[in-house]
Amino acid sequence: MVEHTGIRVVHRGGSKINFREPVITSDSRFLLCGSGESVKVYSTSTEECVHDLQGHTDLVTGVVLNPSNHLQAYSCSADGTVRLWDFTDGILIKTFIIRYHIFSIHVSEKHVGVLFVVVPMANEKGSELFQLVAVHLPRSGDPEVEVGELSAVLCDVSPNPGAVSFGTGGEYIAAAKGLQLEVFFFKKQKSYRFSLKSGMNKGINNSFTCISCHPKEDCIATGHADGKIRLWRNFNQKKEYTYSTLHWHHNAVNTLRFTPEGTNLLSGGIESVLVQWRYTQENQKDFLPRLGAAITHIAVSPDGSLFCTSHADNKITIILSSVKVSAIIQGLVKDDCVRTDLMIDPRSKALVLNGKPGHLQFYSLHRDKQLYNLDIVQQEYIHEQGVDQFQVVKAAFDTHGDWLATVEERRQKSSELEINLKLWSYDEQTQSFVLNTTVTAPHEDQITAMCFSPSPETTLLVTTSLDGHFKAWLLADHSDTEESASWSCDFVGGYHLLKPGCCCFSADGSLLAFGFQEVVTVWSPTSWELLTTLSQPPGAVRDLCFGRLSCSKYLLGTSTKNQLCCWNLLTCSLEWNTPMDVSLLQADPFSENMAAFCSQSGSTDLFVFKPSEPRPLFSKKALCTGKVERAIFAPRDQMLESSEEYSQWLNRSQLYFLTQHMDLMTFSTKTEEDRLLASSKQLMVDDSVAITPFYLLLGRHKQQQQEKQELLTNPLAERTPLPQGSIAIKELLDTPAHVLPSASFLCSMFVRSLLVSSSSASCQDAMLTWGMLLPG
Amino acid sequence: MASFKPTKIQIYPQLGAKVTQDTLYWKNYKAPVQVKEFGAITNIDFSPLAPHNYAVTASTRIHIYGPFSQEPVKTFTRFKDTAYSGRFRSDGQLLVAGCEDSVVRLFDVSGKVALRMFKGHTKAVHVADFTSDCYHILTCSDDYTCCLWDIPNSTELTKYKEHSDYIRCGATSKLNKDLFVTGSYDHTLKMFDARVQKSVMTMDHNHPVESVLFYPSEGLLVSAGGRYVKVWDLLKRGQPLVSLKNHHKTVTCLCLSGNGQRLLSASLDRHVKVYNTTNYKVVHSFDYTASILSLALAPEDESVVVGMTNGILSIKHRKTSEEKQGPTGQPRRQPVFRVFVKGRNCVPKQDDFLVSKSAKSHLAKYDKQLKRFNVSKALDTALEKNRKPEITVAVIKELDRRGTLKNALAGRDEQNLSQLVNFLIGNVVDPRFAPVLVTATEMILDIYKAVVGQSSVVDRQLVRLQELVEREIDYQQDLLEVLGMLDTLFASTLPRKEEVCREHAPVSYEISYFRGYP
Repeated sequence: MVEHTGIRVVHRGGSKINFREPVITSDSRFLLCGSGESVKVYSTSTEECVHDLQGHTDLVTGVVLNPSNHLQAYSCSADGTVRLWDFTDGILIKTFIIRYHIFSIHVSEKHVGVLFVVVPMANEKGSELFQLVAVHLPRSGDPEVEVGELSAVLCDVSPNPGAVSFGTGGEYIAAAKGLQLEVFFFKKQKSYRFSLKSGMNKGINNSFTCISCHPKEDCIATGHADGKIRLWRNFNQKKEYTYSTLHWHHNAVNTLRFTPEGTNLLSGGIESVLVQWRYTQENQKDFLPRLGAAITHIAVSPDGSLFCTSHADNKITIILSSVKVSAIIQGLVKDDCVRTDLMIDPRSKALVLNGKPGHLQFYSLHRDKQLYNLDIVQQEYIHEQGVDQFQVVKAAFDTHGDWLATVEERRQKSSELEINLKLWSYDEQTQSFVLNTTVTAPHEDQITAMCFSPSPETTLLVTTSLDGHFKAWLLADHSDTEESASWSCDFVGGYHLLKPGCCCFSADGSLLAFGFQEVVTVWSPTSWELLTTLSQPPGAVRDLCFGRLSCSKYLLGTSTKNQLCCWNLLTCSLEWNTPMDVSLLQADPFSENMAAFCSQSGSTDLFVFKPSEPRPLFSKKALCTGKVERAIFAPRDQMLESSEEYSQWLNRSQLYFLTQHMDLMTFSTKTEEDRLLASSKQLMVDDSVAITPFYLLLGRHKQQQQEKQELLTNPLAERTPLPQGSIAIKELLDTPAHVLPSASFLCSMFVRSLLVSSSSASCQDAMLTWGMLLPG
Repeated sequence: MASFKPTKIQIYPQLGAKVTQDTLYWKNYKAPVQVKEFGAITNIDFSPLAPHNYAVTASTRIHIYGPFSQEPVKTFTRFKDTAYSGRFRSDGQLLVAGCEDSVVRLFDVSGKVALRMFKGHTKAVHVADFTSDCYHILTCSDDYTCCLWDIPNSTELTKYKEHSDYIRCGATSKLNKDLFVTGSYDHTLKMFDARVQKSVMTMDHNHPVESVLFYPSEGLLVSAGGRYVKVWDLLKRGQPLVSLKNHHKTVTCLCLSGNGQRLLSASLDRHVKVYNTTNYKVVHSFDYTASILSLALAPEDESVVVGMTNGILSIKHRKTSEEKQGPTGQPRRQPVFRVFVKGRNCVPKQDDFLVSKSAKSHLAKYDKQLKRFNVSKALDTALEKNRKPEITVAVIKELDRRGTLKNALAGRDEQNLSQLVNFLIGNVVDPRFAPVLVTATEMILDIYKAVVGQSSVVDRQLVRLQELVEREIDYQQDLLEVLGMLDTLFASTLPRKEEVCREHAPVSYEISYFRGYP
């Protein structure tokens, strides 16, 4: 097997935008946030991504505005650099190389030319201790500058950027870690430490979680893990400091922020309620409840007109100062695990997977944007730790996207499993899915697999469950009654009380295969007859896949005992098998190709093959670390025309997969990269204008007009050769000044000559006048 | 900011028959009018003439009722013994009836005395009918013979002696004056043609035939006998088309609905079943108090008349369109129109700055409490009287999901607690609610076990609850025994080959049926 260098594994969207606090620009028009290895600039009014600032080679760990130039921003990254960007044009201005893993960045208006970054104490990867260092930026014109000067400010700080804050415009800096609050005064070059008594023996965790300093007064607000907020005053001495306590949150306060004028204090936590406290009148509170997920960061625009909150579900909410939500920027929601398979919505070609708890998300792969959320559970979400919530665990689309089936389940510690099967029909009018049937307790145990029949005649859904049965659900038309069509159980089957683990329809829907532990059974879905059983060397069947198109006579199966088998359904015999630990088998719906992800010694290999021949078309060793559990072939909007054999399988569809660390990766070929590069160059021509859909519309129109004009003017240009014009100008420039008419007289003529004339005659006229005017 | 999502009230599927167009149609009758006759009502026949009077044959009389009268408009009493089969001629002028004393009498509907008497049979005549040309009469008798009589001369035309047992039913063709069908206790149906003077077709019903009926097209014939209703295709030389077994006692009477789309059968099992004549499925069924002997439908199905063995005649009239709405009673006082219009008809002027007002969503009382996390109050409002148990159970389920059910149940005084336990007694054994309420019951017992014995009211209720649960356990055990029996039955009846495929399909259906799941 040959490794092919032409195909690379690349990140394609779906990165976290809630990792660090977002930044709102001083004119409140843009919002900057780190997203994976890049910094994204969003418009606060349209929610669209305006620029993607690329340059960092590792995770971006912080973004701040340049205090001396409000059109620039610093970003720091785990790759050990700080970069200065012009975010309105999307240009990298400067790179400062620090050579430490940077965890967060802080700036202050008082300290011009100094950055404060949090780096590990010892320059080791596994270090647990962090320090806050001041970085004096060297004044140099080079685009890449090595920074030598680092001076430690505070030792032993928390790597969490919310636990460090500048006070009163940069007079002091406060940092909290564990049960200790440290305040460092720059003028006095002195630091004070205050510590709380541990409440651990009382069962209270009162450690610091976040900190915010009042911009005008000497007051520090600290948030605690037990939900309390403390306001510290009089802390410029060791002894007589005071603090008052505010308590509303019942779980840890995740983030705190004073508004720029210091009149309000904003706090947020897992309750997903934004609390606005009046400074000095703390009993007056405003609430903005049900923001959707736990608040992780709060940012306030420099003029105080906008707030924004980052949420645990990869979302940024932009809130007006009147506490009203104005915009929501939503990234791909990646829970701790993806429970449903990755799916492609046949209508919108969006990637579908479970998103927020109890929701399915539709995510556009091309635009890297969440299209919409479908509320499956339709229950009020209780933002509290330790509550068992309903989770969407399975979902399936039928071939045309008319029906969607979802399974939600809730397992309580004590009582039994609750399962609901829901069937949604697509409503053309509202362009979304509408609940049609809810089946409570469709099976007595967890549902292991679910699929729709691809045949166009019947709408048939098959579910398999650990209770040893599979059920077929049919859309029953109650034309004789008042009710509309709904789904009901048509057939219940099983095989020797074995537990079915997977099911698969053949491409035409005439055959249905189930994996009952070690046995593969093939059924006819029209008569529910058991046609044949296929057994293989021991090991439960993990995945089943029918071949497509020219390979439709083959059935492929993988087992837990490292076998990939291919049966010929015409002879009902094993065609070939290979020993491979296949963690996932995925069929390409647009060709006969199959992709098998094999886990081998801690990493994953990919093999792409046709079922008819046991020889891979493409293989890639060590794709990523860990197992690949989810993958999907997504259709391309534009076909590639690659002729190389190894990349032909990517011509019609694109393979996306989720790694163990929930990174969405894909494969990109050379031709594709070239095309991307070309398109980005095209965009570079005039990127001063924000690319809005309106612009795209109008811009294209304009371009077309220009082209048209060019076409029109081209014959003219041939008839009135430009060199003549340039000769005229040359004459004008070469003629001695004292023989020329007055400049005011020449000016209008000169300008007119530069205009594209509607007819060559006027042009010639102008030339004539020139000739008359010019002596000689 | 998403709005509060109200508690989802689960809609439980209704067991039993679905509401179909047929149910609506056949339920659309008023409460039955009952008239007591002197003996078992053996025959009912509607007059084909406009007011559609009907003749009811019972004991030694024939009563003629008007369409809406409960008193007979006319009575024929000149019978020496039990009368049978009083039927109108197609012009509605004449009425013929058989009698236990073997004499067939012909009456003028307006007269009293019999116009003609046909004597020739030796035993009781159970069937007498006019042929389609109105000049002849068909009679069938217990002496195994059937006869055609000429009305003007009152002479016997032909006697057919082909049956070997009592002939208890017969029907003449409406399209051909020479054809008629008889059904006998010798299990056969015979079709006779007067032109050839013998039977032309014989069909074996396998049971003593009680009733025969032609379809309006007369291509099909329906016969009833034993528990079976059979349909025969006359155009295919009497091939059996379908055999229906929907009654569990002898079917006594057959009848077609006005448009011929539905077939009705009445039986000694006190039911009338309505079949769809395209697929022969039962689409509706009526219940009566006694075994039914006779059944007739008024033209256009305006009324259903049923005669029973205990001599009760039950008449159901179709509801008219005004009566369909049912009793409205006192109309609810509506708010004054002005209240609705107030401030709505204001048109914004040109320079007005419009502030849009978001539509206020209305939450139920318990949802309002849930929104504020007032769990105990939410449960209290859900337990209020006149609430559907579905709502209360949904709120309990929601509280359980939030993990705050224990808090909501705890800290109740005697009155509150007894209200709660009362609800549990009423609903805990309902299969729809049991999974949720069992958890709640366990919690209540855990919480309040320390205070048992302090209140006599609560103690009494707890004892009741205990009895209820014990009874339910016994009941479930019985059901499981039945299930075991069924399992063995299914295992022995299913063919060997299919065992693998079907395995538990029917059994699991039974399980879910017993538990009340869909």
